[in-house]
Amino acid sequence: MSAEISKGIKEIKFALLSPDEIRKMSAVKVITPDTYDDDGYPIEKGLMDLAMGTIEPGLKCKTCGGKVDTCPGHFGHIELALPVIHIGFTKEIYSILNATCANCGRIRLTEDAIKDFKERINAIKSKLVDVEYDDIVSEAESEASDVSICPYCHFENKKITLEKPTTFREEGRKLTPKEIRERFEKIPDDDLILLGLEPGVARPEWMILTVFPVPPVNVRPTITLETGERSEDDLTHKLVDIIRINQRLRENRDQGSPQLIIEDLWELLQYHATTYFDNQTPGVPPAKHRSGRSLKTLVQRLKGKEGRFRSNLSGKRVNFSARTVISPEPFLSVNQVGVPIKAARELTVTETVTEHNIDRIKEMIRNSINVDESSEYKPAVNYIIKEDNKRMKVTEKNANELADKLQLGWKVERQLQDGDIVLFNRQPSLHRMSMMAHEVKVLPYRTFRFNVAVCTPYNADFDGDEMNLHVLQSQEARAEAEILMKVQENFLSPRFGGPIMGAIHDHITAMFLLTFRNRKIAKELGIHILSYVNVDKLPPIHKDEKGKEYFLGREIFSLILPEGVNITFKGKINDKIIDPDGTEGLVVIRDSKLISGAIDENAVGTMKGVLLDYIIRKYGNARAAKFLDDVTRLAAGVISYIGFSTGIDDEDVPLQAKAQLREVGLEAIRRVEKLIENYKEGLIGPEPGKTLEDTLESLIMKELSKAREKSSEIASNYLGIENSTVKMAKSGARANMTNLAQMAGIIGQQSIRGKRQHRGYTGRTLSHFKKGDLGAYARGFVTSSYKEGLKPTEYFFHAVGGREGLVDTAVRTSRSGYMQRRLINALEDLKVSEDRSVVDTEDSIIQLVYGEDGVDPSRSFGGKSVDVDFVLREKFGDKYGGEKQ
Amino acid sequence: MGKYNILKHELVPAHELLSKEEEEELLKNLGIKREQLPKIRKSDPVIKILEEKYGPIEPGRIIKIIRNNSRTSGIYIVYRMVVGE
Repeated sequence: MSAEISKGIKEIKFALLSPDEIRKMSAVKVITPDTYDDDGYPIEKGLMDLAMGTIEPGLKCKTCGGKVDTCPGHFGHIELALPVIHIGFTKEIYSILNATCANCGRIRLTEDAIKDFKERINAIKSKLVDVEYDDIVSEAESEASDVSICPYCHFENKKITLEKPTTFREEGRKLTPKEIRERFEKIPDDDLILLGLEPGVARPEWMILTVFPVPPVNVRPTITLETGERSEDDLTHKLVDIIRINQRLRENRDQGSPQLIIEDLWELLQYHATTYFDNQTPGVPPAKHRSGRSLKTLVQRLKGKEGRFRSNLSGKRVNFSARTVISPEPFLSVNQVGVPIKAARELTVTETVTEHNIDRIKEMIRNSINVDESSEYKPAVNYIIKEDNKRMKVTEKNANELADKLQLGWKVERQLQDGDIVLFNRQPSLHRMSMMAHEVKVLPYRTFRFNVAVCTPYNADFDGDEMNLHVLQSQEARAEAEILMKVQENFLSPRFGGPIMGAIHDHITAMFLLTFRNRKIAKELGIHILSYVNVDKLPPIHKDEKGKEYFLGREIFSLILPEGVNITFKGKINDKIIDPDGTEGLVVIRDSKLISGAIDENAVGTMKGVLLDYIIRKYGNARAAKFLDDVTRLAAGVISYIGFSTGIDDEDVPLQAKAQLREVGLEAIRRVEKLIENYKEGLIGPEPGKTLEDTLESLIMKELSKAREKSSEIASNYLGIENSTVKMAKSGARANMTNLAQMAGIIGQQSIRGKRQHRGYTGRTLSHFKKGDLGAYARGFVTSSYKEGLKPTEYFFHAVGGREGLVDTAVRTSRSGYMQRRLINALEDLKVSEDRSVVDTEDSIIQLVYGEDGVDPSRSFGGKSVDVDFVLREKFGDKYGGEKQ
Repeated sequence: MGKYNILKHELVPAHELLSKEEEEELLKNLGIKREQLPKIRKSDPVIKILEEKYGPIEPGRIIKIIRNNSRTSGIYIVYRMVVGE
C-alpha cells in the first residue's frame, strides 16, 4: 500500500454560489415535481432527469454518457418565482443590513474609518489564521451599525431587527427577501472586504436565493424495496415540495392574485427552502414524513454522532473483523482467544507465496476440497491473487488446478489458523487494555471464548456481551501487536502499576478451598484435579491412620509456582474466630513451597494479587501468563471435584441468633426514639458547624449504622467458615460480610443523597406515618432481612434507595463519556518527542518530561526504578529484616 | 482588605523571573525556541507580584515555576514565557 501525495493543499477559499454559477453548472432546469413515469423511467425535466446522472444500472447519463459507476452526477436547478433567504446566512444578512445604507448601499462608515480598517486588514493579510480578520470585521460592522445617518447620502437608516428564523423587520415593517436583495445589490465591491466578503467570489445578494441548486441523483438515490416499491430520498421529497409551491407561487403571481395569498405562498416556499437545508432550525416546525418521522435534510446528514463527519469520515467500518457473543473457557491461556470455525473460515490473512511456504500453501488450497465440519479444522484458502492483482476465488472444483498452477510471488488469502495474532476488543474502549492482542485458537460452536482472567480489563461478563475481533494483515502490525498489545504485556496497569488481570470469583474460591487449613485431598481425587493442570510431578503422598493416601492442598498449589518463590505477605483472612493463631492470614512461601496461609484475593486476585505481582516482576510476563493459566485450570479442577454451591439456606441462622438480631433492631429504634425525645426537650446541643436538626440527624445515622454493624457481627458469629457464602466473602471471591448480614439479619438504613429518606408528603415520607415523625421506621430504616422479606413501607424505601443508584450510574456514564471525548479531542495529537518532552503539532512544549516525572507505573516500583527492599530480600532471604511486606 | 502576596500561599508554587543570561542558557539546554515554551499572561496575578520585585516584565521574558507537590516526581520545574494582555 503506497500512498503518494500528488498535490498539497496550500489554501482553502470559501465563496458563495452566484445564481449565474448555479445556472452554469446546472445540467437541467427542473420544472416538474414528478420523478418517474408509470414505466419507472425518469421523467424529463423532473427531479430524476437523466441529465443529473443515473442510479439505475441500465441507463446512461444524458450529460456525460456515463453509467452508474462512471457518471459522477450533475447538478440541476430550479428557478424560484420569488427569492428566499438561505437559512445558513441569516446572521450575515442581519449584520450587513444594519451596517450598510438602505439608500446608497455604502457601509455606514466615514472614508477615514474605512481607510483605517482596510489598513488593518492589509497588515494581517499574510497571516495564516483568520481569527483576527473576523475580529476586525465584527468591529467594523458594529461600529457601522451604531451610525444611523449615512455619511455619504445622509439617508436616515432605521434599525432592522431579525425575527428568528427568517423574518427581517424595519421598525415593524416586514422586509421581503426581494427588498433585501435589492438593497444588497447596491453595495459597492470596495466595501465588501469590511463586511467579511471577498469581492469577486462573493456578493451579499447571493445569500438570498433566486436560483435553487438541485443536487445530483446519486446524492439522493431512490431506494427500491424487495416488494418493488420505490421510496424516494428525504432530499427528493423536500425538493418536490419546493417545486410544487414554487409553481403555485409563480401562477398566482402571474395571475395577479391578492397580495395576501402570494405572501402566504412565499412564506411557505421560505419554509420549504429552510427545512431543505436544516430541518432542526429553532423556531421552525420540522418537516415530517407521512409516517411522522422528521426528514433528514442537508444539515442532518453532516451533523452530530450519526453525521457524515463523525460516522463516515473520522470512523469507518472495517474489513477483516468479526463480532459475536463471548463465553468463558478455562482451558484457554490468557493469551488466547477461541474463534468459531465459522468466523475463522471468513477471516483471512494474506500471505505471499515464497519458496519456503509454497508447499504448505498448496496443501492449504487443497483443503478447500471436501470440507468436513465435523473433523479437525484445517485452514483453507479463499482467494488467490496473481501478480497482476487478479483475484481468483478458490472453489472445491478449481482447487486442485489452482494449487498446481501456484507460482512464487502470488498472494493467497488464507483462512485463520491457530496461533494467528488478532486484536480483541470490547466497547466501550475506556483504556488501552480494552483492546489487546490474542493468539487464535479455532474452536467449534459460535462464540468467542477466552480465559476469565481477562474479563477485568475488558470489563466483560457473559450475560450476552459481544466482542469484536480484528485480524492483522501485515508482518509489521503483527510484530507490533505482539510486543505492545499482547495480553501478557498488559498485566500491569499503567494506572496503578499493579496487576489488572488475575483470578476472579470461583477461581479465588477454588484456591481458597484448596489451601485453607491445608485441606487433605484423597489421592484419587487429587490426581483427577491435577489432570487439569500441565504438571509433570505429583505432590508428596501422605497416609492417614487408616492407611488411606492423600495429598495436601498447599502442596498441590505449590506445584504451579515457578521455582525460587520466596515471599511473605498478609492474606485477606483477618479474623480471630476462623484463624485464632493467625497462620491462615499470613502467607509464607519458601523455596516455592506454600508453608502457611490461605491463597485468596490478596494473593491472586485482580488489582490486589501480591503473589501475582511478585511473579510478574520476578519471572516476567510469559511465566506470569503460565501461572495464571495454571491457576485457572487448577481452579476449574478443584471446584469441579471438591464441589461448591450456595443457596438461600446458607443464611439460615438459629432461632437464638434471630432473637438477638431482632433485639438489635428494636434497640436501635428505641435509641433513636430516645434521641428524638431529648431533641424535643432541648437536651441536644448543636455540633460545631451544624444546625440542631442536622446534629440530631447525624446522631441518629450513627446509631442506625451501629445497629447494622452489630447485626453484621452477630451474623458472622453464627455463620462460620464452613458456610459457603462466608467462604466467598472471606476469601474475597464475591460479596462481603455486610451483604450476608443484610440477608440474614438487618438490611439497615436506606439513604438518598447520603441522608435518611425525608421527601414525600408534607411532614412525612408516606401516609403510613404521622406528620413530623422522625423515628427510624418513618425515615427508611429497614429492620427486616432480605431472606424474611420487607414490610411494604420498607420495600418502598428500599426501592427509592435502589433507584438513586441506577439514576446515578446512568447520569455518570453519559457525563464522564462526554468529558472523556473532550479530553481525547484536546490531547489527540500530542506526542512524546525524542528528548522525552511532550509537544503538540506546533512543537510547543506541553510537558518537559512525560507525566512531569517520566515514570511509567507499570515499569517502576512506586515511582522508583529499583525496589531495593525486593532486591535485598531476594539476595539475603529471611536474614534481611527490612520493611516487612 | 490589605494586599496579599499570593506567592506566599501554600498552594501557589514558587515563581521566579529568569535573567536574560539564564534565559539564553535555558533555551540552549532545551534546544528550543522561546515561542515553544508554555505561556503565561502578563495580566496573571503572579506576574503582578513579580513586577513589584523585579520591575516591569515585558512579554517574551521567561518565568521559572518550581512545583513541589508531587508524591512521585518530587520537585518539578517548568518554564513559561510571558505573553501580552
